[in-house]
Amino acid sequence: MQGNQAMSEGAIYAGAKFFAGYPITPSSEIAEECSKVMLKIGGVYMQMEDEIASIAAVIGASLAGAKAFTATSGPGFSLMQENLGLAVMGEVPCVVIDVQRRGPSTGLSTKPAQGDIMQLRWGRHGDQSVIALCPATVSECFFMTVKAFNFAEKFRVPVIMAPDEIIGHMRENFSLPTPGEVEVIDRKKPSGSPENYLPFAADKDGVAPLASYGSDYVFHVSSSMHGPDGCSNNDPANAAWRVAQLHRKIEMHRDEIVITKTFSAEDAEILLIAFGATTRSSRAAALELRKRGVRAGVLQLITLWPFADKEVASLGGRAKTVIVPEMNYGGQMAGEVQKVLGGGADIRRVNSYNGEIITPQDILKAIR
Amino acid sequence: MSHATGTKYLKDGVLPHMWCSGCGIGVMLGAMLRAFEELNYKNTDTVVVTGIGCTGKADDYLKTNALHTTHGRALPYATGIKAFNPKLHVVVLMGDGDSVTIGGNHFIHAARRNIDLTAIVINNFNYGMTGGQVSGTTPGGCYTSTTSWGNPERDFDICALAEVAGANYVARETPYHGWELKELIKEALGKKGFSLVEVFSPCPTHFGKNNDMKQTREMLDWLRDRGIPADRYGKLSNDEKRAHFATGKLVDRNDPDFNTRYEDTRLKAARG
Repeated sequence: MQGNQAMSEGAIYAGAKFFAGYPITPSSEIAEECSKVMLKIGGVYMQMEDEIASIAAVIGASLAGAKAFTATSGPGFSLMQENLGLAVMGEVPCVVIDVQRRGPSTGLSTKPAQGDIMQLRWGRHGDQSVIALCPATVSECFFMTVKAFNFAEKFRVPVIMAPDEIIGHMRENFSLPTPGEVEVIDRKKPSGSPENYLPFAADKDGVAPLASYGSDYVFHVSSSMHGPDGCSNNDPANAAWRVAQLHRKIEMHRDEIVITKTFSAEDAEILLIAFGATTRSSRAAALELRKRGVRAGVLQLITLWPFADKEVASLGGRAKTVIVPEMNYGGQMAGEVQKVLGGGADIRRVNSYNGEIITPQDILKAIR
Repeated sequence: MSHATGTKYLKDGVLPHMWCSGCGIGVMLGAMLRAFEELNYKNTDTVVVTGIGCTGKADDYLKTNALHTTHGRALPYATGIKAFNPKLHVVVLMGDGDSVTIGGNHFIHAARRNIDLTAIVINNFNYGMTGGQVSGTTPGGCYTSTTSWGNPERDFDICALAEVAGANYVARETPYHGWELKELIKEALGKKGFSLVEVFSPCPTHFGKNNDMKQTREMLDWLRDRGIPADRYGKLSNDEKRAHFATGKLVDRNDPDFNTRYEDTRLKAARG
């Protein structure tokens, strides 16, 4: 199965019933797949007039009760940013898949990149936290999409899946789980009297129950600063509480959200920190180094945001040399690693920005 | 039967509203809520979706479900709601900036899809909330805070745009005609498919002030004198047409709406 198809399958497994999107390479297979499947499972597929409308329709459908998602690439992801901010502010569960391609601008539309790492985190105006996941295999495309929906539903946030073009278009075998085999989480619904329902009064877990339009619970959702009832509220104390709460509900579940994998990393003197397609080259490079008697290992970041600071500090602190290969110019993730390990650490950046993958040989060169 | 007041949809303690004296948004909102009441809409099955600007503040007054969105994007949000749950009454409140300036693309595509929404557009010919700047419906030559020597551009005819884009129902009225406005909104709400009610509205604070209509009353008179019921408007000479605008029901047709067509396609998919 192809990575893009696996993400559609993962979304369907997680219970997605609504897809709105706009065609863009290298993500279009996801829309094509959904256009066929959604009609057969009682869901809705809509091709909208642009990516701005796509994410808006996804958010609207989510508030009407659907598990909803969209898929795009760089130029479309840029267009989605403002309305993605509404999903953060209005605490609307949804999933956005950004199959990363080489920019800037139209760039090399069929070639891979990992240049959106900072846009994932900071692409929207204002001040907010998001969750972003990055698969490195076709199997992870499936399972991490299920996870993305689970996080979105559980924490009432938009979750971004950010594979690169290589992973989106790669074909691999894996076993599809049977229904019920993998945990699927649905959003918490209100249960008290409808008159007392407050859609933005967070429970102890930092998340308020979310009703659906058309249920007995009538509610307001707003892009503007709002109180617990969802209506405009400009009180500074309320604004401070709201902004902090939007960050806090992610921070307080940080250990559940941050997913990493390691390959022979426990005793690594040379630690490769990688994500997406570069994970694969990193594993090959680490295996080669082990053959040569060098203690090398890989820390794979599946959750890109929030950043895996503890894991990087723990394994990176033990290593003599840390290498961060990534398909962007400056080392967007390497900067985060540097922040955690400090200026004295031996951190080497391996970057490609010509639309080509980083090979194991490219990584090995950084060690010589 | 007593007359509908629509007040049962208004939150407690929200009046007087925030809009300037002489503004048409309050009249529009009153007409809409009376129409809701006459159609027996429930808060639970109604969603009011708003954009940004003076008109976009309307959701804060309502007891119905509401979604206050981003500038120009109210229609695609509403489209997602309606496409997923066709049973809901979805009403979209926008200004001229929301509907046909920043959001023009969504407007024509919502009409093309003939999605079963009612869009009510307050057209006050300028951006009131931000201080009276020029918009896509400011008539050529008019003065705004960003066209000090007159608007060099032409304006959109919102109703004509909705008609050619495929809306099932199109009407225009002014706040001077509150009862007629309520009747048109009611008809639009009852109409399957995309319906548009454009409300030409005074903005005495900005547009009126900048265009020799400083008094609250003057801009309302200006609209009253230029609005002509559609049947009579059709008989005017071209010169007279340019100096006036048509009011009342302008388009009424029964093309299948998005959800109906989608259901048909679903049946095809089920057959394989």
